[in-house]
Amino acid sequence: MSMPDHPDEPIIRVRGLVNRFGTETVHDGLDLDVFHGEVLGVVGASGSGKSVLLRTIIGLNRPVAGSVEVFGNNIMTMSDTDHREIEKRWGVLFQDGALFSSLTVAENIEVPLKEYYEMPLRLMDEIAAFKVGIVGLPEGTGEKYPSQLSGGMRKRSGLARALALDPEIVFLDEPTAGLDPIAASEFDILIKDLRGSLGLTVFMVTHDLDTLFAICDRVAVLVDRKIRVGTLEEMLQDEHPWIHSYFHGPRGRAALLSETGHVAKDETRVAAPI
Amino acid sequence: MASVTATLVESEESGWLILAAAGEWLVETAADLDRRLRALALPQGRRVMLDLERIDRLDTAGAWLLLRTEHDLTARGNTVEMRNLRPNFEPLIDQVRTAGFVAPARHPRPAHHTIAGFIAHIGEISLGLIARAYSILGFFGVVCATALRLTRHPRRLSVTAIVAQMEQTGVNALPIVSLLTFLIGVVIAYQGADYLRFYGLESYTVQLTGASILRELGVLLTAIILAGRSGSAFTAQIGTMRVNEEIDAMRTIGLDPVEVLVLPRLFGLVLTLPMLTLCANFMGVFGGGLMAWGVLGIGIPEFLTHLSTIAPWSFWIGLIKSPFFAVIIALIGCYEGFQVGGSAESVGRLTTLSVVEAIFLVIVTDAGFSIFFSSLQI
Repeated sequence: MSMPDHPDEPIIRVRGLVNRFGTETVHDGLDLDVFHGEVLGVVGASGSGKSVLLRTIIGLNRPVAGSVEVFGNNIMTMSDTDHREIEKRWGVLFQDGALFSSLTVAENIEVPLKEYYEMPLRLMDEIAAFKVGIVGLPEGTGEKYPSQLSGGMRKRSGLARALALDPEIVFLDEPTAGLDPIAASEFDILIKDLRGSLGLTVFMVTHDLDTLFAICDRVAVLVDRKIRVGTLEEMLQDEHPWIHSYFHGPRGRAALLSETGHVAKDETRVAAPI
Repeated sequence: MASVTATLVESEESGWLILAAAGEWLVETAADLDRRLRALALPQGRRVMLDLERIDRLDTAGAWLLLRTEHDLTARGNTVEMRNLRPNFEPLIDQVRTAGFVAPARHPRPAHHTIAGFIAHIGEISLGLIARAYSILGFFGVVCATALRLTRHPRRLSVTAIVAQMEQTGVNALPIVSLLTFLIGVVIAYQGADYLRFYGLESYTVQLTGASILRELGVLLTAIILAGRSGSAFTAQIGTMRVNEEIDAMRTIGLDPVEVLVLPRLFGLVLTLPMLTLCANFMGVFGGGLMAWGVLGIGIPEFLTHLSTIAPWSFWIGLIKSPFFAVIIALIGCYEGFQVGGSAESVGRLTTLSVVEAIFLVIVTDAGFSIFFSSLQI
């Protein structure tokens, strides 16, 4: 794990981002910093541009205006060679894993290894095998094809592929969507573990309140085409109507209760003015 | 990026064999380290110390190599100790250790590289073909039964759906079918005239072109074009519906997928293929006539006289075959569509298969008809 040159420098820095599709403006002057070693959860209503933000940062979507810097390099202006160097240092987990369907799980994990390094086949097989273990998949999963796996296993396999090159940042697009509650909370624990042991920085788009409460250090909320970032405590006190109803709606309260047990205090604070 | 390359130094000290690792143990250096580790002559039954003090950077690939070395040494009866690991690397080592010593996945390699495997492979393919033929026959039976059941409630058959299919498979295919058969007519007449002139029989060019187009080529070309154009579309449409679980949704609502999806396509194609064949015959003969006129100077009256000497059966034989071909194309197209399971990948595979199978069966059936009609001596 490489330490950043300056610990306080953001590892991802987004400035003045504008994204527009037709007449629809999704982001309008959005600023965001992501720091080394943190887990940032990005939430927002459907269509508020969470996935667009993720795709913009990893360079799959070209914004109308603004800049995106990752590891201090501007994604938009860098050369292709520099971009390849950066791509080695991040991993992306797409919504349904986006595994290559014609390859087995082990071969999927080996794709980035083959692309970037010349390695003996045997070593690649070994690396793929322990990556399968690290993401908590049972032995033998490496030989299976994506169509033979359940949704949760596909996501874990996708994570194993994202981790193949030991990246510093992982981008997760709705990692717990479509998983049953048990599998979802197991996935949360996995991310938390890996962040601790591998020193990952995690940028996570999610709808899942439980995930937010369980593992996120900071929360970024996309509202009014901009973003508000803060710790969970700060967000709980935010008076913006959407943020308020998001965290204080029935599901928000239930997640908060299960995680911290201090919902009652919070409720009285909210209820007091009435 | 590697400022200090990874190294591994062997030394001995008071009964301990010391393996000192240093530098960057990362995925980038893993291939090199792996080579050096495998080249080591591992001792047996000794006390071995892995000194990790001078490792500057470590990732999971490096951790794996350390743990694998430890594992290999232990397996040879050595006592192994890892020492001086920096505390901030400990969680990483633990993480890889808990992943367990998993055997690498076997790559699925084709088994038919041995002679026995090869023979077994042939057997597998043959059995697969038989099972497939059986299954297609079963599907044909289901379609027939559904069609029979529908004769009691003819109103359930959606005329709109049949007409829509006829537009898609017939009207929209008209330009390409016409153009291709016209060109084939031109080619046959041109090539035929060349050879027939050699024997002084060039006036028979019209008979040659007319008979081959009417009897064989018109209907065969039309069927092959439709297999590629509509048979593949049937498979892709029904297959996509299966992936989206639309077929299951239909069943739960009480709609019969065979009735709703297969019969309109089947009836539509059975009606359009003969019509397209008529059109193809006309265009082919027209192309041949045009060529005969241009190259041999055969005028319209002479052309018609020549044409009338062709046995009328040639025309009817071509036409009789067309609904049979239509049934084959529609059945195979729909059958393969229903074979789609789960992934979107299989839609592509089965679409290709459906076209190949349909064309194969059309030509085999055509050969069968040839034998049949020649035994009837027409």
